[in-house]
Amino acid sequence: MEILRNNLNIDFMGKRRTAMIFSGSLILIAILSFIFMGFNKGIDFEGGVILVVKFSKSVKVQAVRDVLEDADYKPRVQQLDSPFDMLIRISPDKKAKLELDKNAATQVDAGGVKTKSHALAVMELLRNKIDQEVKSTRQEEVGPQIGEELRDQGGIAILIALGAILVYIWLRFEKRFALGSIFALMHDVIIVTGVFSVFSIEFDLTVLAAILAVIGYSLNDTIVVFDRIRENFRKMRKGTPVEIINRSLNQTLSRTLMTSATTLLVLIALISFGPSVIFGFSFALIIGIVVGTYSSIYVASITALLMGVNKEDLMPVAKEGEEFAGGGGPGTYP
Amino acid sequence: MINQYPLWKYILIAAILVLATVYGLPNLYPMQAAVQISPISDEFTVNSNLKKQLDFVLQEKKLVFISSKLDSEAKILTYRFEDEEIQNKARDAIFNSIPRGYLITFTRLPTTPGWLAALGGTPMNLGLDLRGGVYFLMDVDMDAAVLQALDRMADNVRSELREAYIHYLAVTPQGRDSIYIKLDSLSLRDKASTILRKELSNVLFSESEDDGKGVLKVTLNENGIKEIRDFAVKQNVTTIRKRIDALGVSEPVVQRQGVRRIVVELPGVSDPAQARDILSATATLEFRMVAKTTGPHATTRSTGFKRRDSKATVRLENWVLATGDSITRANAGFDSRSNSPAVFITLDDVGGSRFTKYTKERVGDDMAIVFIEIKKVTKLKDGKPVIEEGKYVKEKVTIKDVISVAQIRDRLGRSFMITGLDDQREAARLAILLQAGALAAPIEIVEERTIGPSLGKANIHMGFVSVMVGFVLVLAFMAVYYRVFGLVANLALLFNLVLIVAIMSMLHAALTLPGIAGIVLTVGMAVDANVLIFERIREEIRNGNTPQSSIQAGYEKALSTIADANITTFIAALVLWLFGTGPIRGFAVTLGIGIATSMFTAIMGTRAVVNIWYGRKRVSKLSI
Repeated sequence: MEILRNNLNIDFMGKRRTAMIFSGSLILIAILSFIFMGFNKGIDFEGGVILVVKFSKSVKVQAVRDVLEDADYKPRVQQLDSPFDMLIRISPDKKAKLELDKNAATQVDAGGVKTKSHALAVMELLRNKIDQEVKSTRQEEVGPQIGEELRDQGGIAILIALGAILVYIWLRFEKRFALGSIFALMHDVIIVTGVFSVFSIEFDLTVLAAILAVIGYSLNDTIVVFDRIRENFRKMRKGTPVEIINRSLNQTLSRTLMTSATTLLVLIALISFGPSVIFGFSFALIIGIVVGTYSSIYVASITALLMGVNKEDLMPVAKEGEEFAGGGGPGTYP
Repeated sequence: MINQYPLWKYILIAAILVLATVYGLPNLYPMQAAVQISPISDEFTVNSNLKKQLDFVLQEKKLVFISSKLDSEAKILTYRFEDEEIQNKARDAIFNSIPRGYLITFTRLPTTPGWLAALGGTPMNLGLDLRGGVYFLMDVDMDAAVLQALDRMADNVRSELREAYIHYLAVTPQGRDSIYIKLDSLSLRDKASTILRKELSNVLFSESEDDGKGVLKVTLNENGIKEIRDFAVKQNVTTIRKRIDALGVSEPVVQRQGVRRIVVELPGVSDPAQARDILSATATLEFRMVAKTTGPHATTRSTGFKRRDSKATVRLENWVLATGDSITRANAGFDSRSNSPAVFITLDDVGGSRFTKYTKERVGDDMAIVFIEIKKVTKLKDGKPVIEEGKYVKEKVTIKDVISVAQIRDRLGRSFMITGLDDQREAARLAILLQAGALAAPIEIVEERTIGPSLGKANIHMGFVSVMVGFVLVLAFMAVYYRVFGLVANLALLFNLVLIVAIMSMLHAALTLPGIAGIVLTVGMAVDANVLIFERIREEIRNGNTPQSSIQAGYEKALSTIADANITTFIAALVLWLFGTGPIRGFAVTLGIGIATSMFTAIMGTRAVVNIWYGRKRVSKLSI
């Protein structure tokens, strides 16, 4: 079965102005949102407490909220599948953090020998004031210091990944391609994080992992396209860079869409049937794959084009390149 | 002839396929809940009598076990159960019917058949998010570590000087990194300096004079401080591991992370409060004599301590008979004479002989046991908490309670028991703490995650369903789109999944929820290599090439593209693994393994099948 026609010839590069405006405005929105909306940071990056509790009877969200607010916590309480199940989140904003410290501290003093955490303190409140039989199925507590560290570590991981990729492509292809792909990757990262910022979706460690996966995936796409562009530059005697890039994009389009489709299929399975803990992860990947597919067609190639990629730069140093047209094997670095 | 593999390649692929199947197989056998009983000390044994007794206890309470097995060599008695609920009840029943000299451990055991286990086949480890448990990230208080080391060093200096018969006026820790030593004269100072220079390393000496007296200041250098800190973290890891062993948690993880952190994972533990209490406690004991005002042992060098029970003040000698450090064994038990919980203690050789010598001299006098604990509490001023920079100021306090005072009726040997504890639980706690030794520096729990076992089960189930659904969708899609070649790719995909599972099992890597997500993602991306190859083959056919040479060219031309694309993704996975923590690492592991295996299955695996199918024949049309 084939969905696309054989000799497809879409003029991708002709629409490069539209694409640039489109990408540019998305990036602008994302950056504005970073500045004005910020992120809905999960406890991984901010510190705080998450509790998933199961009551033995039906309990009103407001009742839980009242009990916790009386104890000077600033909780967010959310009902899950049934009135028995609730998700409680306490994040340490400046003032609430102080209260958080106070509560934990008094627990230490009052409890005598036993050191207590906020999560345990909250559970005790719920047990004493609402339901003796309440149980927690998930209980997480992250110190604000750790949150900061995880944030820094995540940022460093992304930068190092980008750096390592830049070097690899530089060696394997050429610097304009390397910069083009890095530009495309940054484009993807900014837009995916932008979506999380604009819609205020919780950003935690798994979302960070997803973004790194998006980098890997989008790169995969970009490399395939670049590989074909390089091959065509060497093979096609005639043709302007725009024509050659267009030709390459058309040739790889079917594969690009096919792979995106299969990956999206599994991600849709994951988001519909997988546990809610990895919703953020799956969602980030879905956005990332759509954006990544677009960026490897437009952003990466346009960048390489604008930087003036040309035939001479891509001719293989050794002569066997012509025969092994699939791209330079080892030893045929341009 | 093109499109034929040499025989060795087919054999290699088949061999890998067989190996992967064998080592992936253990994952099909379910895990069973089990309770294991092993003796804590040599005085207790597990034997057929104990087994008979416990078999009877369980049968009487209608707690059905699948099997009970005695391993005399390893000194372990194992009971397997249908589910966690029975396991829980059975543990309590066992706990209540045997003496305290046994360690009772919760665990999950594989039901791998013997022949598979003999080949080394084990199922994948499951991460905490899939099996439930507690995760702690602890921060070691480095400043306190140095201060504690300074205290020890001051002790050391004192005994060195005493041994050399050098009288000192003062030896006290000073500031964050020094010891201040004051001596009667300058000549004594120089003598002390010569001796100490031989004994102490990683320190700087500075000599001065104060009003005719000699002053010697010993300051730790950078290296010395670094070593102390490093030692503190290592020592804490060891101590925490011992404490956890005493708690009876199966397959715990205790790992140093970075410079000053320790990660602890306790699978299967659902009550973090108790674990937290035991792990971060900094408690130890001191044995001191009650100070007497008359008689041959009268002394004025004494300090007042509070009694835990009556809150009354007792004056104890400043001199410490022995500390918790000399304890080699501590077991919780019950003193039938006083009808109260007790801890049975055995001292090491040095502590033991010291104890015997001095208690012999002091028969008839009272000895006190002091319970020492370091805690962090909110600093109070005039009854109100002190706030600085928007934070409550915490301070460390050392609480010293006298838990028992008893008359020495006869000289004490190496083994004795202590009473005066609140309850059985405290006796158990104290025994664990004494047995494992004190922490080299206080720790603070900075991150804590608890996943209930039911949530873990739900996560596994949902993860499994989503992998399967995604997998089937991709299989269907590929079969429709590429027909025979699609089926070949599907075969490779299946093989790929088995390979990932087998490698994870062999590496004993833990499967986590993000790990499952990584597998799902690899399933989606693994077909990419095949898509690239198949699209190339289609292109070659369109260009008018013969089917056979199209296959050949398709595989060859796609190769470098696939390699480039996968290597870059692999770089990303590697970076994630190197710099990530927790969930990120779990994801990176499966992604990395998935990329490696998919390269193999999608290129070599499919090629082998295609070669068998189409090679050596005249083919006029490819089903692609």
